[in-house]
Amino acid sequence: MSMEKKFVNSGIRKKDAMQLLLGKPLYTCDVTRKDALVVKLLRSPHAHALIESIDTSIAEKVEGIAAIYTYKDVPQKRFTLAGQTSPEPSPWDRLILDRRVRYVGDGVAIVAGETEKAVDMALRRIKVKYQVLEPVLDIHSALDNPVLVHPEEDWVSMLPVGADNKRNLVAHEVTSDGDVEAVMKDCEVTFQRTYHTKSCQQAMMETFRTYTEMDAYGRLHVVSSTQIVFHLRRIIANALDIPKSKVRVEKPRIGGGFGAKQTSVAEVYPAFVTWKTGRPARMVFSRKECQTSGCPRHEMEMTVRIGAMKNGHIRAIDLYTLSNTGAYSEHGPTTVGLSGHKSIPMYTGGLEAFRFGYDVVYTNMQAAGAYRGYGATQGIFAVETAVNELAEQLGLDPVKVREMNLLKEGMVMPAYYGEKANACALDRCLARASEIFGWAEKYPVRDMGNGKVRSAGVAMAMQGSCISALDVGSATVRLQEDGTYTLSIGAADMGTGCDTILAQIMADNMGCDVEDIAVFGADTDTSPYDSGSYASSTTYVTGMAVEKACTELKANLCVIGAEMLGCKAEEVEFTGEAVMKKDGSGEVSLADIANKTTIFNNTNVQVTASHSSPVSPPPYMVGMVEIELDKETGSVEVLDYKAVVDCGTPINPNLARIQAEGGIVQGIGMALSEDVTYDEKGRIMENSFFQYKIPTRLDMGRLQVEFEASYEPTGPSGAKSIGEVVINTPSPAIAHAVYRATGVWHRTLPITPEKVLMTKPEEA
Amino acid sequence: MLTIRQYVRAESLEEAYTLAQKRNNMVLGGMAWTKMYNRSIGTAIDLGGLGLDTIEETDEAYLIGAMTPLRVLEQHVGLNAMTQGAVAESLKGIVGVQFRNTATVGGSVWARFGFSDVTTILMALEARVELYQRGVMTMEEFALLPRTERDILVRVIVPKMERSVCYLSQRNTKTDIPVLTCAVVRRGGETFAVVGARPRNAEVYRDTEGLLASGVTEEGACAFGESVARRASFGSNCRAGKEYRQKVAAVLVRRAVLTLDKEG
Amino acid sequence: MEIKLTLNGKKITADVAPDLLLLDFVRDHGCLSVKRGCETANCGLCTVLMDGTPILSCSTLAVRADGHHVQTLEGLQEEAEDFAIFIADQGAEQCGFCNPGFVMNTIALLRENPDPTDEEIKAYLAGNLCRCSGYEGQLRGIRAYLNSRKGV
Repeated sequence: MSMEKKFVNSGIRKKDAMQLLLGKPLYTCDVTRKDALVVKLLRSPHAHALIESIDTSIAEKVEGIAAIYTYKDVPQKRFTLAGQTSPEPSPWDRLILDRRVRYVGDGVAIVAGETEKAVDMALRRIKVKYQVLEPVLDIHSALDNPVLVHPEEDWVSMLPVGADNKRNLVAHEVTSDGDVEAVMKDCEVTFQRTYHTKSCQQAMMETFRTYTEMDAYGRLHVVSSTQIVFHLRRIIANALDIPKSKVRVEKPRIGGGFGAKQTSVAEVYPAFVTWKTGRPARMVFSRKECQTSGCPRHEMEMTVRIGAMKNGHIRAIDLYTLSNTGAYSEHGPTTVGLSGHKSIPMYTGGLEAFRFGYDVVYTNMQAAGAYRGYGATQGIFAVETAVNELAEQLGLDPVKVREMNLLKEGMVMPAYYGEKANACALDRCLARASEIFGWAEKYPVRDMGNGKVRSAGVAMAMQGSCISALDVGSATVRLQEDGTYTLSIGAADMGTGCDTILAQIMADNMGCDVEDIAVFGADTDTSPYDSGSYASSTTYVTGMAVEKACTELKANLCVIGAEMLGCKAEEVEFTGEAVMKKDGSGEVSLADIANKTTIFNNTNVQVTASHSSPVSPPPYMVGMVEIELDKETGSVEVLDYKAVVDCGTPINPNLARIQAEGGIVQGIGMALSEDVTYDEKGRIMENSFFQYKIPTRLDMGRLQVEFEASYEPTGPSGAKSIGEVVINTPSPAIAHAVYRATGVWHRTLPITPEKVLMTKPEEA
Repeated sequence: MLTIRQYVRAESLEEAYTLAQKRNNMVLGGMAWTKMYNRSIGTAIDLGGLGLDTIEETDEAYLIGAMTPLRVLEQHVGLNAMTQGAVAESLKGIVGVQFRNTATVGGSVWARFGFSDVTTILMALEARVELYQRGVMTMEEFALLPRTERDILVRVIVPKMERSVCYLSQRNTKTDIPVLTCAVVRRGGETFAVVGARPRNAEVYRDTEGLLASGVTEEGACAFGESVARRASFGSNCRAGKEYRQKVAAVLVRRAVLTLDKEG
Repeated sequence: MEIKLTLNGKKITADVAPDLLLLDFVRDHGCLSVKRGCETANCGLCTVLMDGTPILSCSTLAVRADGHHVQTLEGLQEEAEDFAIFIADQGAEQCGFCNPGFVMNTIALLRENPDPTDEEIKAYLAGNLCRCSGYEGQLRGIRAYLNSRKGV
């Protein structure tokens, strides 16, 4: 047998790398017809209003206008834009266009025309009379506010998530283990703190965009920059109130997603235009639309109570999260859960009891969605900062406090659905991070002169590797006539490299080169079903589907080979290059088998396998940051960020490293500069890259990422996930370092120079 | 969205000036920020064919053509030698190299953006602005012209003289527009500061109290910083509040004075 | 109005609207590598070379290219490939959407400064945003390319 693993755990180039680097035309706008109708939305200037009248007659006369639609023209059946498995936990609260507009930027009319100029002119000529209503713009007063964001009778929650539209409530739950109050009472130290994170933007470089046309069979063909082709097909069918069989969704290369493209932000509008007019249509969001009518992170306010002993033993954690879903429910009931379930379990080592409760509320603000970390980022900022506060308050080294309390391999996590940590190197991550960072030397604050000090901060993180007992990943593997293979998937490579990673897994299973595998994805007509690329699941879930499919394909190849050798299938084995008799008395090459499959063949050489996992093994990470803080201007400069990650077996260490580095820099942006503020009318101030400052390469310091491997028995070659966990440590680590330098805990993000300079220790 | 009905590459300043008299016509700079305006321009007037995209040197001054890209100014050897690199320092945080190749000195000066690094450094260098009709005036005089002014900015004149310059700015991120700009100049025994992005336009603050008259001390520098921060008016916007700007102004002025002293 | 320019070495005459941006013009002429990422001149995705100088095509009127040489990544494939393979070896291309602008500006950097320090690389490329890579891998790639040229 020559089938030793050679591609798993190797940092090979992404299969599409050179095409991307050389600027080949591969994205939605590059691969679709230039003459499609331009589709744009007239958007509400009010946070909450009813359309009293809308007159499109003058706008329709603009030369080149093909169609204008208002709330009167769309199906009156509610749906959700959330890309989730059906029935979606997100209540059905949307119409394509509604008479009630619920945030500044909500859709009022769809305009389709031959040119952008014509559409822009028509948008200016639509006359709308609004009955302006009082908006709900504060998360604290949203619950049971007399002003309802969704008073409509046809609002429906498909699952029991605790939602009640008559209370502006999208979800509610309390879970616990042990007697929190009793343990707290028995603790030597208890304290409570409240933390606040903003609705940060994914800010992928390619804005939302979708092209639609009718295909040869009279079906709606959608080409979209999306992470979720199959969910999208259902969402579009629901929105347009047409059969799913009438919709085909395909994704080309995607210019980044980070969860943004797990919501159908753009698709239903051009789809509706094409369905109505029969003409190709395209909608491209401007950056401003992305910033104001997208689907950012859920704003959350988290109150953490910790009960501990003076030696640092953490015995109880009580977390309450108030989450703001904005005007619509997308991902509201699900993101919030991660704020507790992905933060509290890290302290399983010492924990005797926990409680986690939450409310998710509607407001007249931009609807939130899925963003890398998906609630865990928010919860980890709160819990990790609270642990750092505890350590500092007790005069203990926060690394030591973590060593004392952290989750270790083999432990059962009551706060994580009772799952057992099969593979957990969190302790080794902490030790290794301390070593490469030089925690002992850098933890003490150092005065650099001229008002500048250097300090350090630490945080841990975890995430999941899929949605357990739910997500489905599938792979179709096929032997081609020339002895090479194809791999067809419904997961979406959004730049992360899953096409390559899955090919690496397949190559090792089939004993071939990655070069010999052509990967295709994703298209609802031809790809096998996959939930889509989210919840960090593709490597872990779809990777297992690839392994299963390969096992079956190999067995089939043995059947064909045995037939050709004139023996039984049990007598042969597959070597990657041939099917060989186990006794060495004969073999038939893969090339010959491949050719044989085209001549009188009744054995499948195209195999599809699906996989779901009953568990969602967490990846873990430790981040340590060194900053230089200017005590006279409040500027915080990230000098050095060291991270050690346990993602199980890294299938492609290069791509895993880039995931970690990219996630860390997004986290640095969240911690220091990415702010979202609303004016009194409900308008977002940070509505462009001019105002919303994501880090440039001058804002991120030096990064170093290492891996501490563990072996996850339920994952492909021992792999877990990497994509999301990596964004979770910067906010708490940086907040910690800022405290070390200034004596102030900043519990609201981002920590801007002004806040650093103007907040005195006694105010904190 | 910006729309333009007609485009004219002016063949003379006179042609540009005549066209500019119409209210919905507009002289184009680099267009980097202009593009963000929501307006309809009748005739866009391009000065690109008039040879105003270079920096000329005479015995007395550097003449910076209105169409000179910021990047050319940033890399100018003579101007940087004369300012100990302060010119480059003042421009390096403006978005990125491509932006600075696109945006022009004339466009930046004419727009009188409150957040302008360009205005701050030019004011510190006691630059004068040459307008086609009104002639030459100081940056301060230019700042007072009404926004409805329809003259043409031809060039900016930076007089050659012995001076020490230190430029500092405070930014929320490295290439964001500044929260505060500060240039301190010492020339012939006199020290003055220019503070901009307050967020209003840059202004000059002289050492009227003679805090640095008898040499620079830590206390003197501190007192001058405090004095400038007291005299300057500050405002708030989404990047920072007035109190913050005032505090930072005192710090940046002090640091700039001390840097000059250290560099001698 | 009519303009004459050289696009990737080819002479073109075209009739364009006065407010057509160079970005849309080059895309209309098949240079689909040029991308738009914002409306505020902040992202660098639309970087092209005008007479060899990297500029923002989103902020430049097509009429202003009249009489000039414009180059996009379509016209600089070989020069790009030289160092792009080192970026690929890091996996730092990621989603790829920012790559053309980044690659174009890196070409400009290396022409202007063939042996830049890490600080010079960061300063020159500061106007090229990337949301995927965290920038460190791009830097490693460029450094590896420079080292390979020096035989290190």
